[in-house]
Amino acid sequence: MYTQALNTAETDDRGLEDAGRAAQFQARIDAEERIEPNDWMPAAYRKTLTRQISQHAHSEIVGMLPEGNWITRAPTLRRKAALLAKVQDECGHGLYLYAAAETLGASREELVDAMLAGKAKYSSIFNYPTLTWADIGTIGWLVDGAAIMNQIPLCRCSYGPYARAMIRVCKEESFHQRQGYEIMLTLCRGSDEQKAMAQDALNRWWWPVLMMFGPPDATSQHSDTSTKWKIKRFSNDELRQKFVDATVPQAQYLGLTIPDPGMTQDADGHWRYSEIDWTEFKQVLAGNGPCNRDRMAARRKAHNEGAWVREAAAAYAAKRAQRQTAQAAE
Amino acid sequence: MAIANIQVCETPLVLYTLRRADDALILGHRLSEWCGHAPMLEEDMALSNIALDLIGQARELYTYAAKAEGRDNDEDKLAYLRDVRQYRNLLLVEQPNGDFAQTMVRQFFYSAFADLYWRAMMSSPDTTLAAIAAKSEKESAYHLRHASEWIIRLGDGTDESRARAQGAIDHLWAFTGEMFAVDDGERALIHAGIAIDPGTLRGRWLTTLSGVVSEATLHLPQNDWMQQGGRAGRHSEHLGHLLSELQSMQRTFPGQTW
Repeated sequence: MYTQALNTAETDDRGLEDAGRAAQFQARIDAEERIEPNDWMPAAYRKTLTRQISQHAHSEIVGMLPEGNWITRAPTLRRKAALLAKVQDECGHGLYLYAAAETLGASREELVDAMLAGKAKYSSIFNYPTLTWADIGTIGWLVDGAAIMNQIPLCRCSYGPYARAMIRVCKEESFHQRQGYEIMLTLCRGSDEQKAMAQDALNRWWWPVLMMFGPPDATSQHSDTSTKWKIKRFSNDELRQKFVDATVPQAQYLGLTIPDPGMTQDADGHWRYSEIDWTEFKQVLAGNGPCNRDRMAARRKAHNEGAWVREAAAAYAAKRAQRQTAQAAE
Repeated sequence: MAIANIQVCETPLVLYTLRRADDALILGHRLSEWCGHAPMLEEDMALSNIALDLIGQARELYTYAAKAEGRDNDEDKLAYLRDVRQYRNLLLVEQPNGDFAQTMVRQFFYSAFADLYWRAMMSSPDTTLAAIAAKSEKESAYHLRHASEWIIRLGDGTDESRARAQGAIDHLWAFTGEMFAVDDGERALIHAGIAIDPGTLRGRWLTTLSGVVSEATLHLPQNDWMQQGGRAGRHSEHLGHLLSELQSMQRTFPGQTW
């Protein structure tokens, strides 16, 4: 789960590189060919993708925390198993994505270290708290729904390993999204207290979810290069609109009210939303969201407290290799 | 309107099944506490996987217990509406996660038993228990392999990991005896051939343990004192806290559909 709020490209550096190779590269992209790890690629393309894929991986891993917050309190055994399996899927996505980033020459360790040092970003949506069980439904429905809007086009991303990872990730996310919607449906068909819980969750998550698509096109930087490289196929505003149009009828079916009294449907059927408060987005991005500090602290704690385990595994592997070498020499 | 604890008519078969269900749920719950906080992503995956297997076993066992009881209880009522004194799990499985060594040793002790236990239960004439056993045995064999590999890595890893692993073994050892104990109700089921006598598994359990522990350059304690009480609902202080979290939604919003 992640969207393109963070997807920004490096400035094209082709002027500095071999012009012939760069033209050939662009021709392959234009012909919708996939770029594979051993193929020549411009340094800026490599850097852009490493950053985007690793931010996506960090988002999956940090994204385990807000939902993980409810695993021990899920209201039934079926919900508990489903939520645990879902959070485990997010971890799996993180792993594939780190592996995809490694095909570009970065190591998982260095990417994780950059995240823990606060130098790499993850999706801001995970800096909001999960306060009630309805938040788990809402995250599945809206956060995963928004992620799918962004990730379906990424299945056709020009970089092969990323595109292939996205195909599997999208299948799982789409399952999560339906699961989340089903939680909401159950709440909305339940008691007044449950409906109120569902409405309250929608009220809190709606605007942050719209922000997941990133700044408005008018202010977004570098997207031209990403578009030219076919990493990004739709603009932030295009995807946001698609998401809103898909979501409004779903909310209506649930009997929930989208917390935007100014929302209207235009003649073409598009739901026009009110102005987004980008000050909040910038604050959360700058580290001042309600949970930024908690999320980083939790990841650092897991990393630091796990250090002795990783050291033990490495020490044992080294001893074992040494014994095998000694045995072979006998 | 608050829902009080449900009453369970604990016939020998119901009680027997509930005890195994509680073992699986409580251990699964403990493992699920690691999700998002494990020492490496591979272990977030593995511990969640084992937790899912155990929660799955618990659901089947609760469903069977409810059926055997024949009242209107179900898996969720049994899991969410019994208090600490009504829970029947082993003390071992409710022990807190502690560090990774403690979690792995707890898993190792339990899975080494569960693997033998479920394999033996596959030939129970109770076809439901035999079917649950067949599924659980496959899962337990993997859980045991995973835990054994970690015991060896930790024991034969660094000085620190070795000290932590040995400390965990020493700490948890006293909770292992309960796995092999039998009360009168269970004895009747054993005589009827429905259940197996866990005491007969202890020798093989010790052989499994000794092999792994010695490869890990660790040792099993000499101390024979064994703590018991979980099967009769006399738990450690830890279980009440676990249940207050596990049951919080059902207790706060009684009688609703989720």
